[in-house]
Amino acid sequence: MQASAGPPVASLDDGALVARLRAGDEEAFELVVRTYSGRLLAVTRRILGSDEDARDAVQDAFLSAFRSLERFEGGSLLSTWLHRIAVNAALMKLRTRRRKPEDPIEPLLPVYQENGHHQETFSSWNEPVDVAMSRAENRARVRACIEQLPESYRTILLLRDIEELDTDEAARALGISPNAVKIRLHRARQALRGLLAPHFRSAQP
Amino acid sequence: MTCREFADFMMDYLSGELPEESRAPFERHLSRCANCHEYLAQYKHTIEAGRLAFTNPEEEVPADVPEDLVKAVLAARK
Ligand SMILES: [Zn+2]
Repeated sequence: MQASAGPPVASLDDGALVARLRAGDEEAFELVVRTYSGRLLAVTRRILGSDEDARDAVQDAFLSAFRSLERFEGGSLLSTWLHRIAVNAALMKLRTRRRKPEDPIEPLLPVYQENGHHQETFSSWNEPVDVAMSRAENRARVRACIEQLPESYRTILLLRDIEELDTDEAARALGISPNAVKIRLHRARQALRGLLAPHFRSAQP
Repeated sequence: MTCREFADFMMDYLSGELPEESRAPFERHLSRCANCHEYLAQYKHTIEAGRLAFTNPEEEVPADVPEDLVKAVLAARK
């Protein structure tokens, strides 16, 4: 096919690469899929947990992206555009798959005395959070703790605090009320705090 | 205001959505209860830690391109 004429696809900027995709250039499709499948897999796995579902979502995302190439706006980043489509594909999958029974979140929430005071005395964390999070080890630890959250809470936390959707967008994406989003987000953050505390508080007095 | 009520209000307080009439009691509790002061600080740190945990996407990406997935996608497109 004459579509393979011109400069090598690997050297193209996003706009030119998308132009090749629009022209049906096989080499361009392969380059895009090869470049982004790992990254998108990480995104969908984060939301879906399951490896198999994450792969399905990545496939759905690429196909949906390739069908809507005319909607890619020049000047935007292909990586950002694909990321957003992958998040949507994962959410679609999340809505349609059979819900697995999940662990209750209550054991991860703070315990109160009868008079409404905290049962626990919170000891402070041993270093500023940005310093702690500058280490890869801690970033992996926090991601592992997020993974431990019950699914419906983990998803909300990811969408609101990591993907930075607003309350209404998250509510629409998940088919629940904005108020339910707020309640779950607040619980998810508190549960995550409880999971992080043993790692981050001063070990020695 | 109790510590339990204080905890319930933290999210709205931080997003500036806590109604005026609750804000003063919330801030009074915050200034008097060291434990809730610490709890609110950790709640904020948690949000920040979550955000920072995903700032290096390459950490989560498998080193190898998932070859079978690439093939499946390219085949499905046709
Ligand atoms: Zn208190």
